[in-house]
Amino acid sequence: MEKTEQTPSGNVHTLSLLVENKSGVLQRIAGLFGRRGYNIESLAVGPTERPEYSRMTIVVRLEAKPVDQVVRQVQKLVPVIEVKELKPEDLIERELLLVKIKTPEQNHAELRAIADTYEAQIVDVSPDALMIEAAGTAAKLDALEERLVKYGIQELCRSGRIALERGFKTLAPPSLK
Amino acid sequence: MAKEKMTAAQAVVRALELEGVDYIFGIPGGTILPIYDAMFSSKKLKHVLVRHEQVGAHAAEGYAHATGKVGVCFGTSGPGATNLVTGIADAYMDSVPLVAITANVATSLIGTDGFQEADITGITMPITKHNWLVTHPEDVPRVLKEAFYVARTGRPGPVLVDIPKDVLNMNVDFEYPDEVHIPGYLHEPKEKPRLGDAAQLIRSSTRPIIYLGGGVRTSNGFPEVFEFCELVGAPVVTTVHGKGAFPETHDHCLGMFGMHGARYANYAVQNADLIIALGARFDDRVTGKLSTFAPEAKVVHLDVDPAEISKLVTATVPLVGDLKVLLPQLGAEVKRIFQEKGRPDLAPWWKKVNDWRAKYPLRFKQEGEKYILPQTAVDRIWRKCEGRAIVTTGVGEHQMWAAQFWKVSAPRQFITSGGLGTMGFCLPAAIGIQCARPDALVVGIDGDGSFQMTLQDLATAVDLKLPIKIFILNNLFLGMVRQWQELFYDGRFSETPLSDLPDLVKLAEAYHCLGLRARTLEELDGVIDQALAHRDGPCIVDIRVKRQEKVFPMVPAGAPLHDMIGGD
Ligand SMILES: Cc1cc2nc3c(=O)[nH]c(=O)nc-3n(C[C@H](O)[C@H](O)[C@H](O)COP(=O)(O)OP(=O)(O)OC[C@H]3O[C@@H](n4cnc5c(N)ncnc54)[C@H](O)[C@@H]3O)c2cc1C
Ligand SMILES: Cc1ncc(C[n+]2csc(CCOP(=O)(O)OP(=O)(O)O)c2C)c(N)n1
Ligand SMILES: [Mg+2]
Repeated sequence: MEKTEQTPSGNVHTLSLLVENKSGVLQRIAGLFGRRGYNIESLAVGPTERPEYSRMTIVVRLEAKPVDQVVRQVQKLVPVIEVKELKPEDLIERELLLVKIKTPEQNHAELRAIADTYEAQIVDVSPDALMIEAAGTAAKLDALEERLVKYGIQELCRSGRIALERGFKTLAPPSLK
Repeated sequence: MAKEKMTAAQAVVRALELEGVDYIFGIPGGTILPIYDAMFSSKKLKHVLVRHEQVGAHAAEGYAHATGKVGVCFGTSGPGATNLVTGIADAYMDSVPLVAITANVATSLIGTDGFQEADITGITMPITKHNWLVTHPEDVPRVLKEAFYVARTGRPGPVLVDIPKDVLNMNVDFEYPDEVHIPGYLHEPKEKPRLGDAAQLIRSSTRPIIYLGGGVRTSNGFPEVFEFCELVGAPVVTTVHGKGAFPETHDHCLGMFGMHGARYANYAVQNADLIIALGARFDDRVTGKLSTFAPEAKVVHLDVDPAEISKLVTATVPLVGDLKVLLPQLGAEVKRIFQEKGRPDLAPWWKKVNDWRAKYPLRFKQEGEKYILPQTAVDRIWRKCEGRAIVTTGVGEHQMWAAQFWKVSAPRQFITSGGLGTMGFCLPAAIGIQCARPDALVVGIDGDGSFQMTLQDLATAVDLKLPIKIFILNNLFLGMVRQWQELFYDGRFSETPLSDLPDLVKLAEAYHCLGLRARTLEELDGVIDQALAHRDGPCIVDIRVKRQEKVFPMVPAGAPLHDMIGGD
């Protein structure tokens, strides 16, 4: 069941950023990635344990450039307090999926069973459609998506990955702790 | 300091005074009027009214480059702000500390396509170290404090502060902060610099080369660099921004290398077994084809910007930090290891280098030429200035002849637009330099094309009676482009000939300044003397040079650094 990454191994990286929660910060970061040719595969941003900071998780795909170069360029942005690459073996990552399936009522039981296998919920039901919510690793959601294709996916939305490093380490530099 | 009530516009003026600003270059307009009004009564700030905001930005660059202080320029909202963009981009590429202050339309109009509204913080995000849109008047003192701090620290560069007009008119309780707290700025490097490893590499190298860049200037590390170069005893090459980082008249200095560097300098780099790069960023104009750059060399790279390390050329030993601090530490390690294990024998290497130097000197041949060669002009002006002048240039062939033949032996004396390569830089930079250094001899080596991009600011130079001397190497061509057309496009001179306009002598007359012309070699010396003797305002000199002369040697774009054409 477990699907491997679609892209060649070694060139997709997960970056975790602690940034100032101010207007324009997302634009600065997205702009840097754009102009330096770093492809963003997914980007998720949201509040943190402290209101003055946001955390971003950026999954970046790099053709030839080393990820260190990306980290150093991002670190130079003034509102970026800390940035770190999270290695696959060191991180817990999650993504959220909402998917709407147009399907007659007789299929609903089958879909519930699939949802159960993926620890997903049915969050909305109408006579000829239902919506499933699932959370997990990108690979798990990819697999679920694949299972659902034949029932007719009407609309699909994924949140982009969020990730934290395992263990006691945190991203905030000592000066902020 | 007690808090004082004032408008945000007055707070801007007060902050500039407290930062020790003396010169500001700009043009007023509707939205920035409150600042100009507040400045009207300032006794400390001298505002230079330029005729185009781009000139204001370049003049501020010239000022900053010549002094190491932060340059300041103003622009009003919309076109005033967008006119600053080229100068800001230029400062960004060349690591020049600059604070640009713009006003924007009132907060209520922002986002409505208001009259003269431009999203200047959005526009300048990619070309500033940071920028600020100030929406609360009480933030003005802190933001200006941060702006100056960010501009001058670490790797210097431009910043921009944009303040809407309504905010400028609001009141603040002014208190200027003593300190700056920006949690995301200037991180301590994660690793300690491996000075011992670097020293070990230097000890075991038999063909070392020292590569000096603009970082020597921005760090003010001239004495440290001199001492280090003397200690290591290796050949020294520089970038165009490294000119003056080590005296070019010193026997160890091979001068500029790169696309238009001397053959011997490029050969030395290509054959080195160790490159010690100090405050330089391996620009494509100096490396040539990257995969063939110095194939046998290990690299010690000292730079204050961690993102420069291994960006283009992988560093064997990176040293991240301020050159002024780190280089003496490296020197101490080297000294220790030399004492312990003896110095490497560089004699065979020097013999090789000196053979190249003897065989492929940088030269030109005026004898037998009917017209003045541009190199002759540069050489004669340089001789007559006796090393006293601060020189600045436009962009093109004339710039490269200046880089080749204007030998610089002191810091901050060769000021040019390298990274962006902005035509029109010369006159504005000369204005800024002369403001900063009223007693210095300021010389411009300009091109006819470049000069015409900003010549309206002769008026500014005349207003201020600045005794700048702009020598225009007039080839009636966009020469550098013409050179590429001749060499790589079968001589198809598409849109590069320039008509013989304007008459530069009459132009000078129209601006009430001195205009001179030399058409022949016989006229040249006299005209230079006359220009240098003129102290009563600016002087422009139209030097008619051989039109088809090209800059050699040259590494064609994308070729290996040792594959040079010409100059052999
Ligand atoms: C027509 C034309 C032709 C050109 N041909 C050539 C040529 O043949 N040869 C040539 O050299 N250039 C040439 N140039 C210029 C070239 O494009 C680059 O601008 C130049 O090579 C860059 O110089 P630099 O490496 O010294 O870097 P700069 O742009 O001056 O950068 C300075 C470096 O120092 C670092 N630094 C700053 N402060 C410190 C500090 N305190 N401590 C340590 N490090 C610090 C910075 O992080 C940066 O990496 C040409 C330009 C034009 C327009
Ligand atoms: C603003 C700008 N536009 C275009 C160019 C491209 N360009 C580089 S050199 C050059 C010709 C410069 O002509 P001139 O100033 O007469 O100098 P010359 O090469 O003839 O000495 C041009 C057009 C540039 N560098 N800057
Ligand atoms: Mg020309």
